[in-house]
Amino acid sequence: MTLSEADVRKVAALARINLSDEDALRLTTQLGDVLRYIEQLAEVDIEGVDPMAHAIEQVNVLADDTVEPSQPRDVMLGNAPRRDEECYRVPPVLGD
Amino acid sequence: MAIVDYTATELLERMDSRELTSREITAAYLAQIERYHGEVNALVRWDAEDAMRTAEAIDARREGGEPVGVLAGVPVVVKDNLCTSDHVTSCASKMLANYLSPYDATVIKRLKAADAVILGKGNMDEFAMGASTETSAFGPTHNPWKLGYIPGGSSGGSAAAVASAMAPLSLGSDTGGSIRQPSAHCGVVGLKPTYGRVSRYGLIAFGSSLDCIGPMGRTAEDVARVMSVLAGRDPRDATSIAGPVPRYEESCREPLDGVRLGVIDEQFGEGIDDEVADKVQTAIRQFEALGATVHHISLPHIRYAIAAYYIIAPSEASSNLARFDGAHYGYRAKDISNDEKDGPLVAMYRKTRQEGFGEEVKRRIMLGTYSLSAGYYDAYYLRALKIRRLIAQDFADAYKTVDFLIGPVTPTPAFEIGEKMEDPLAMYLGDSYTVGANLAGLPALSLPCGLTTAGLPVAVQLQGPALSEEGLLQLACAFQQESDWHLSRPELIKPKDQNG
Repeated sequence: MTLSEADVRKVAALARINLSDEDALRLTTQLGDVLRYIEQLAEVDIEGVDPMAHAIEQVNVLADDTVEPSQPRDVMLGNAPRRDEECYRVPPVLGD
Repeated sequence: MAIVDYTATELLERMDSRELTSREITAAYLAQIERYHGEVNALVRWDAEDAMRTAEAIDARREGGEPVGVLAGVPVVVKDNLCTSDHVTSCASKMLANYLSPYDATVIKRLKAADAVILGKGNMDEFAMGASTETSAFGPTHNPWKLGYIPGGSSGGSAAAVASAMAPLSLGSDTGGSIRQPSAHCGVVGLKPTYGRVSRYGLIAFGSSLDCIGPMGRTAEDVARVMSVLAGRDPRDATSIAGPVPRYEESCREPLDGVRLGVIDEQFGEGIDDEVADKVQTAIRQFEALGATVHHISLPHIRYAIAAYYIIAPSEASSNLARFDGAHYGYRAKDISNDEKDGPLVAMYRKTRQEGFGEEVKRRIMLGTYSLSAGYYDAYYLRALKIRRLIAQDFADAYKTVDFLIGPVTPTPAFEIGEKMEDPLAMYLGDSYTVGANLAGLPALSLPCGLTTAGLPVAVQLQGPALSEEGLLQLACAFQQESDWHLSRPELIKPKDQNG
């Protein structure tokens, strides 16, 4: 299958990344090359094979349910691009 | 012999016997950094005063007869994706250019508890995505063996720092080869541990099911000493492995007799450079001379490793890097337009991520987003996970008949800076021999075994089953006792009066 510039723009929207026209054009070619290479996976017989999501397949690593100190709020907010007292400050969610 | 020519093990012996102080040692490495930084660009930042203070405090404790850690006074460079609470951790990205972590990564805590002297942060591909250290927001690192050539990546700064004697030891991280490949290109030893053997807490995540932190140094014995400090269960990383941690450096004294090595025939086929193949074959014969037996092994699905990896790793990355949204930390774009149909908040996300991430990071996020998106998930991500199991099964089958696998780390020696920047697929194919160990979660080690006629290092890769780090280090130590590739130094840093 081929990747269109419209596909690339749709993926960029999903990934929350603005693209310039030049970026979209370049990525269409570059991602298209990679996807064409990846297509060889279609030839592998995967009938009855379970997916392997993790290198060490652990189930439910439980910790004791105890209260432990976490990072102070001020320290965690220290890296915020903008803050308002105890909150992160961001642009309006819905218009102005 | 100059201070910077000693191995970490020799430095520790000389501090124990009071021949040298950490102050002298740290000053010598800092001088080396100052001298070659302009040419190599191995470090993105360092703090000479802080390092000297730490060194002096350790000297005072040693002098006063107080107990000191097992790496007491030895300088270490750490990759810039490892969080340090006292200095910026940027992942070589504009996105995190001023990020000060509230905490130390577990490996940093462990280094500090062992009284290592952390010199500074190693340059890297942005967010560890790359194989050349060219995607760093701080400019590329140059290979100390040949300026103008890549040092490998993504831990290129950590590898180049050891190769140019800016530190005897460093830490890197390896998601698809990022410790082993730069170690190979820079002629140092690099160990990618078993997945979970070293805590990932405080490693800025790239591909969480693949990421491993590991040590780099000139000798396997030095690397083993660091591994003894790094390894172990950490309650802050639920995937870290419980169970006893060996003293890895002791494995260096074991003989090799009867070790069965498997040569992966697929790795000497199409695409491998003649000189690389030749040096690796020579190394395999040297292992035979040391008492190992050599067997031929096939991994039928390994040829699909790159394709599976370049779905799985970008998919995990697209999810992990969603946190960089301009709201909580890091870069935030200015002048957000109001006419965006998604509203100002989403407009801020989009512009922040456009401006804060470099090209390769955006490419991988896009690739992962595509693989995970509706309509493509089954054909790409799920299929890749199933092929991952087939690859892991191939390794498991191989280890029924041999103890370790041996082969090349990279298909070619280091290439010129800029050569592959416009061709991402060509760059990705360079990871062909390394990604298998990440997909299967197994340990692997890069060991210098020669120089090409152009003077670039070549390395042999040793791979083993889960938790076989002692065996890998034992093999590497045995090889280094009978060879001296690890002692050779780039022309760049040889004393000029001896060069004529």
